[in-house]
Amino acid sequence: MKFPVQTSPHVEATSSVSDLMTTVLWALVPGTVVAVWLLGWGVLFNVMLAVGAAWLAEALMLWLRARPFRPALTDRSVLITGWILALCLPNLAPWWLPVVGAVFAVVVAKQLYGGIGYNLFNPAMVGYVVLLVSFPEAMTRWGAPIDGGAASLSLTQAAQWTFLGVLPAATGFDALSQATPLDQWRMLVTHGGEIRGVAASVWQGGGWSLWLNLAFLAGGAWMFYRGAIRWHIPVAMIAGVLLMSGLLWGIDPARFAGPMFHLLAGGVIFGALFVATDPVSASTTPRGRLVFGFGIGVLAVLIRSFGNYPDGVAFAILLMNLAVPLIDYYTQPPVFGRKPGHATESVTQSRGES
Amino acid sequence: MSDPRLSELALDGLWKNNPALVQVLGLCPLLAISNTTVNALGLAIATLVTLVVSNGVVSLIRDWVRSEVRLPVYVMVIASVVTIIELVMNAHFHSLYNTLGIFIPLIVTNCIIIARAEGFASRHGFGFSVFDGFVMGAGFGVVLIALGALREVIGFGTLLADAEQLFGPVALDWGIRVLPEQMTFMLALMPPGAFIGLALLVAFKQAIDQRQSRRARAARGARSGEPTAEVAG
Repeated sequence: MKFPVQTSPHVEATSSVSDLMTTVLWALVPGTVVAVWLLGWGVLFNVMLAVGAAWLAEALMLWLRARPFRPALTDRSVLITGWILALCLPNLAPWWLPVVGAVFAVVVAKQLYGGIGYNLFNPAMVGYVVLLVSFPEAMTRWGAPIDGGAASLSLTQAAQWTFLGVLPAATGFDALSQATPLDQWRMLVTHGGEIRGVAASVWQGGGWSLWLNLAFLAGGAWMFYRGAIRWHIPVAMIAGVLLMSGLLWGIDPARFAGPMFHLLAGGVIFGALFVATDPVSASTTPRGRLVFGFGIGVLAVLIRSFGNYPDGVAFAILLMNLAVPLIDYYTQPPVFGRKPGHATESVTQSRGES
Repeated sequence: MSDPRLSELALDGLWKNNPALVQVLGLCPLLAISNTTVNALGLAIATLVTLVVSNGVVSLIRDWVRSEVRLPVYVMVIASVVTIIELVMNAHFHSLYNTLGIFIPLIVTNCIIIARAEGFASRHGFGFSVFDGFVMGAGFGVVLIALGALREVIGFGTLLADAEQLFGPVALDWGIRVLPEQMTFMLALMPPGAFIGLALLVAFKQAIDQRQSRRARAARGARSGEPTAEVAG
């Protein structure tokens, strides 16, 4: 009689990259639905264009690099890259904006670095930043969530605008768009003035950003429940935002916006849950994740307050991506069963013996 | 040291040992000034002239300079040459001189020049040194101009705009618009665009080299009549 002896691990985990990515895709759905509801069909076009372009770019690069198609095209990671990028883009963007961003994200930031698992930077954020610095005018086409705003355009009207740049006869572009709260705040900061009025603007009134952020939070809760993300990075990042903005606000409330404004405006919640938690480009140790997330939060507020661009979340994430190898090096957890202080000692001992 | 063959020197400078693509020297001007074709051309010519003259002078004085003080002497020679070029450009190509700005005096610190003075000119005769300076300068210049053209086309959508800065009033209408203004990609003009562009050029050169070596192996295999394993890969 033969008893098969198996080596460990005896219980195999069934999770795979595509399972993880499916969880993230589902988690993006509530936020996207709310964004379409509040900001119009343009958001949906952005998602479709960016996802399609990202997928095609991935296929093209795999063909150029003579890599197998199946694993990379079916693991759904490239869909998430395109989708996250699309949710960062203005809702009245022309059609080529998501396409250019997605192609750049996949070709340069992902495939040229070696494909999934090898990218140093979050591809979606690279695509977003490239668009932001290259096409500053197109990146400001935010239609406001007001009555008769971008959300009132019908599907055909929105498609005409996205693909042909044609608006319905009675509507001017200025009727649809409005400066975002971060833009308004920046204008007030640079040109002098009180910032209190910003909070009462259309973007804040009506709970606009509250609804969107709640939808993203629901998606984040789903990812957390499924084990796709851990709590460290989002919590640390939001703590960083609150602490840093609270500090600046405490110093000069007339010049700097308060913590709640920073938390709800721009991409803080979305970035904390969906972008900073990217398993490839984020830190991989528990303590390292705390440092990574906190650093993003602090840098985002600093860039918002003193930098040239209204929102700093994307730049902060890319900067902290750069710091990840260093963070991981200094936050390695001790080997199980070994006391922290003895780790280096035993290494030197074993070196001396050999 | 025995005298090298001129054809080998030329191949080295222009391709096999190209200062920009293989040695990756002189990155500072290469990345900073390659935003338009005309800027790149101006700096390429200035660097080429500096390389030729400094290589020639270093070669002439190589028997009198003691090895302990050779580097300061070479730097003095290079600095004098660059100062001459700077004054000439200021007099005759004033607007280009203003555009290139600090990068003309900074030619002194371009590592290619001191590397060729130390690595080649101090060990070879006058003729060879001048020739080496010329091909190395040309190899650097070709890459600089290629990068400049690439970035100008993508970033501004034009080619050879403002050529009159370099060639005088004849060149007023040399500039051509390759892409419409709405299709330009501003990233190409920024520092990241310079790095990405140079990396693409390096990758392009290596791809050509790999293809050639594969072909050469295949040809060898076919000649000797035995199938080689590498050909398949």
